[in-house]
Amino acid sequence: MDLVNLGIKSIFIDNMIFAYFLGMCSYLAVSKKVSTAIGLGAAVVFVLTIIVPANWMVQQYILKESALTWLSPQFEGMNLEFLQFIMFIAIIAAMVQLVEMIVEKVSPALYGTLGIFLPLIAVNCAILGSALFMVQRDYTLAEAAVFGTSSGIGWMLAIVALAAIREKLKYSNVPSGLKGLGLTMIITGLMGLAFKSFIGIAL
Amino acid sequence: MSTEVAEEKVVKKSEALLSKRRKKLVADPLNEDNPITIQVLGICSALAVTVKMEPTIIMALGVTFTIVFSNLLISLIRNFIPNRIRIIVQLAVVALFVTLVSEFLKAYNYPMYKVLGAFVGLIITNCIVMGRLEAFAMGNKPYDSILDGFGSGLGYAWIILAVSFFREFLGSGSILNFKVFQALGIPYVNNGLMVDSIGAFMILAIIIWVQRTKTGYVEQ
Repeated sequence: MDLVNLGIKSIFIDNMIFAYFLGMCSYLAVSKKVSTAIGLGAAVVFVLTIIVPANWMVQQYILKESALTWLSPQFEGMNLEFLQFIMFIAIIAAMVQLVEMIVEKVSPALYGTLGIFLPLIAVNCAILGSALFMVQRDYTLAEAAVFGTSSGIGWMLAIVALAAIREKLKYSNVPSGLKGLGLTMIITGLMGLAFKSFIGIAL
Repeated sequence: MSTEVAEEKVVKKSEALLSKRRKKLVADPLNEDNPITIQVLGICSALAVTVKMEPTIIMALGVTFTIVFSNLLISLIRNFIPNRIRIIVQLAVVALFVTLVSEFLKAYNYPMYKVLGAFVGLIITNCIVMGRLEAFAMGNKPYDSILDGFGSGLGYAWIILAVSFFREFLGSGSILNFKVFQALGIPYVNNGLMVDSIGAFMILAIIIWVQRTKTGYVEQ
């Protein structure tokens, strides 16, 4: 039951975009069409589902204080946490590469849809952000897996909704300084206001 | 290596330390080519850390430091980086400097490290840093790269300081933790919306609007 609650919380209340502003760059850049937004959203969900548990294992068995004792007792008390950023980003870049190759081999159709977006995901802050939040909040492995998937779904929800709104707004007459980024920011703010209503849900 | 040849023609051997072209490198990102409002890069941290001015200043310093030094390092080794693995090399260089910033903050200002939390680490994926490395440092000399990084850092800094000024002023009724309204004796009810993420979106939207109207930039 706790896992379900965590899932709902990460999708709606602690939404990656509206509560933490993570992954804003691609959120703003790739939200002009619904179909591409769905493609990128799916890729993010996919990658987050793999990467958050993977980084959990790295943190637990390599980086944490005394984590390497499974290798040899003489590593007792060794703390490699200062390597966290480099390790995490390396794993993310490697995983994204791996996912790209697997998808290309297994499902060329999906690869055609996601193709260009997959390499971009390595520098999407939603991915690294989720990994760092997972460390900060001391999740267990099961919680980390649920958190990864559901924050990905929350991100996808936000970008698809924004793309749908922007498609409708394409032909409207707005002040020239507000065109594009300015208006998108205001829409995101209003969407965030709507998402605030989920805070009332008792979990 | 076509960029190398083109660059030799533009830069003369005895160029002044702060020539017109180099001043432009620093000045352009401040307004006409601002990384946040015009290029739409590095929005995540611009919004996340701007509730109060103090963490914003720390963040601006951290990002400027990271851009300047990773620009310098990448520019120094640019001819040795194989093209196919350049993204990984860039990420590793950026991660190095971000680790330095994070460890420094942990040692000398632990409360601020707690406040900024994961967002220090997220400088790694800040698009401004990666964007400058890819677009400038990979094809230009070290000194120019430092200036370019410094300009982009300042352009980023003034926007997030402006956002945080309004958010702290309207949201907490204070400037740099100094309670302005209380000191002046004016009754003011803090606007909770400004502390929240929604205020950040709105304030940034207004700043973008004003700034773009002034520079005359129109997005297609």
